[in-house]
Amino acid sequence: MNNLIDLEKKINSELGTKINTSEIKHNQIYLEIDSEDLIDVVLFVKTNKDTKFRQLIDITVVDYPERSKRFKIVYLFLSHEFNQRMILSYDISENEVIASLTPIFPSANWMEREVFDMYGVSFKDHPDLRRILTDYGFEGHPLRKDFPLTGHTEVRYSEDQKKVVNEPVKLEQNYRNFDYESPWEGTKYIKELTDSNDKKN
Amino acid sequence: MTKKIKNLNLNFGPQHPAAHGVLRLILELDGEVVEKADPHIGLLHRGTEKLIENKTYMQAVPYFDRLDYVAPMNQEHAFALAVEKILDIDVPIRAQFIRVMFCEIGRILSHILNVTTQALDVGALTPSLWGFEERETLMTFYERASGSRLHANYFRAGGVHQDLPAGLETDISKFCETFPKIINDLENLLTDNRIFKQRNVDIGIVTKEDALDYSFSGVMIRGSGVPWDLRKSQPYDCYNQLEFKIPVGKNGDCYDRYLCRIEEMKESVKIIKQCLSKMEKGPIKTFDGKITPPSKKDIKQSMEALIHHFKLFTEGYRVPEDEIYTAVEAPKGEFGVYLISDGSSKPYKCKIRAPGFSHLQSMDYLIKGHMLADVPAVLGSLDIVFGEVDR
Repeated sequence: MNNLIDLEKKINSELGTKINTSEIKHNQIYLEIDSEDLIDVVLFVKTNKDTKFRQLIDITVVDYPERSKRFKIVYLFLSHEFNQRMILSYDISENEVIASLTPIFPSANWMEREVFDMYGVSFKDHPDLRRILTDYGFEGHPLRKDFPLTGHTEVRYSEDQKKVVNEPVKLEQNYRNFDYESPWEGTKYIKELTDSNDKKN
Repeated sequence: MTKKIKNLNLNFGPQHPAAHGVLRLILELDGEVVEKADPHIGLLHRGTEKLIENKTYMQAVPYFDRLDYVAPMNQEHAFALAVEKILDIDVPIRAQFIRVMFCEIGRILSHILNVTTQALDVGALTPSLWGFEERETLMTFYERASGSRLHANYFRAGGVHQDLPAGLETDISKFCETFPKIINDLENLLTDNRIFKQRNVDIGIVTKEDALDYSFSGVMIRGSGVPWDLRKSQPYDCYNQLEFKIPVGKNGDCYDRYLCRIEEMKESVKIIKQCLSKMEKGPIKTFDGKITPPSKKDIKQSMEALIHHFKLFTEGYRVPEDEIYTAVEAPKGEFGVYLISDGSSKPYKCKIRAPGFSHLQSMDYLIKGHMLADVPAVLGSLDIVFGEVDR
């Protein structure tokens, strides 16, 4: 499909109930689905002659600790044929195991390993689900919002033991996260002025 | 009499001159033939994404220099574009030309490094000596514009930090006259060199289909004959006003990728020349005072400017709630930033899509069945920089 509106129509009519919401913004199409429909939707958009999203650009997760379905899994696709980008997402709760895309896109292998490493989301039928970026024997999932920026452990070379040792973090000064956000939202009359200007334009 | 033969496991790296950084590669060898390669990455992991979540949008820019430290400004460009799209601001035309020019300088920086070190990996020392001299010249251009040879921190949402200093434009255009000769010299050393060809031709072949499946981009996909370049297909900044060609390979082997890089450098020189001739005097960042800090002169005279300066460097500017993916054609491939803003002055989530990550992932597929001596050749042609792979 050469145009995003046609593409949106096509996907909605062909996949129907599997698409929860669809939206076009920033020249990209955003789709929200349910986690169990992932494989069907991805197979469709990859193979259909009108979509041809042949390339998986990236997989990532957004963590919203306050929600009951904590993680939002995001897949970015690219279609060379039609020069379009698609962002596919769904929400899961913390201990849910999701399907792996590795059989469809071999490049999903490391991306899913990274997601597993950084967020602790597990994948069903992944050929080789190991940590990838963090150190051997690392504990915790660093990109979760409740993981502290300074981490839990630090490493140093111990002269006594003649090896590198892991110890709990000791900081001379704690990490200071100042709240610079100004609660001030501007005076009322200026707000009314800008609002009315916006309406005129 | 039968003998049991066990495969040999070889540990390549993490400290090895041909590993281009800190790569640990576990190779399973059957004699001299590689059966399996398992790259262990993450030895340079610094948690860039986590750090960016805790910094304001302006403070996040320097982290992008430290990803692919061979071509720093190309990374900054992706982030600046993402923020600009969410804020919905226009970039003055001079700033666009400056940014594109420095991105192309970054491309030359990266390709010189890659081509010459690839030659070094297969046994040629001279190209790297000649190439690094040119890199040094280019880095002085970086330094004169931004104050730093490598970690520039020069691009901002809405433009660039400062205008070019006097005389820099003439010096860059002088460089554009002399540099093509250096490329020719490099080509004389390598392109028809028998040893270089023996080591690279038909090594690490990638088919079109596999290039798509393995999420290849940049030279890795163009070397396999897919004419795909984001500068052409999804032009950003002023690329649609510039004329340049996209070199495409035929066989998808290491040698074709080398040729693509050489040709791309020539095209980059053309782009820089066009930028210089089209560049006119004018503003270099957006006038929106809520995003751009006021000038030093104004701060001395105006109370509002002082307040704005203070607020911008403590609280930073706020970015409305949105979700966006923006990609640029970095020298190594598609470099993307997936940004989620929540209306505050810090990104809620910033995922960095590094081209090297998916390229390195295919190491096992590329090297299976090759000889051990081909490992550095293939690794060299992948153009891996660990700053961006490990993030």
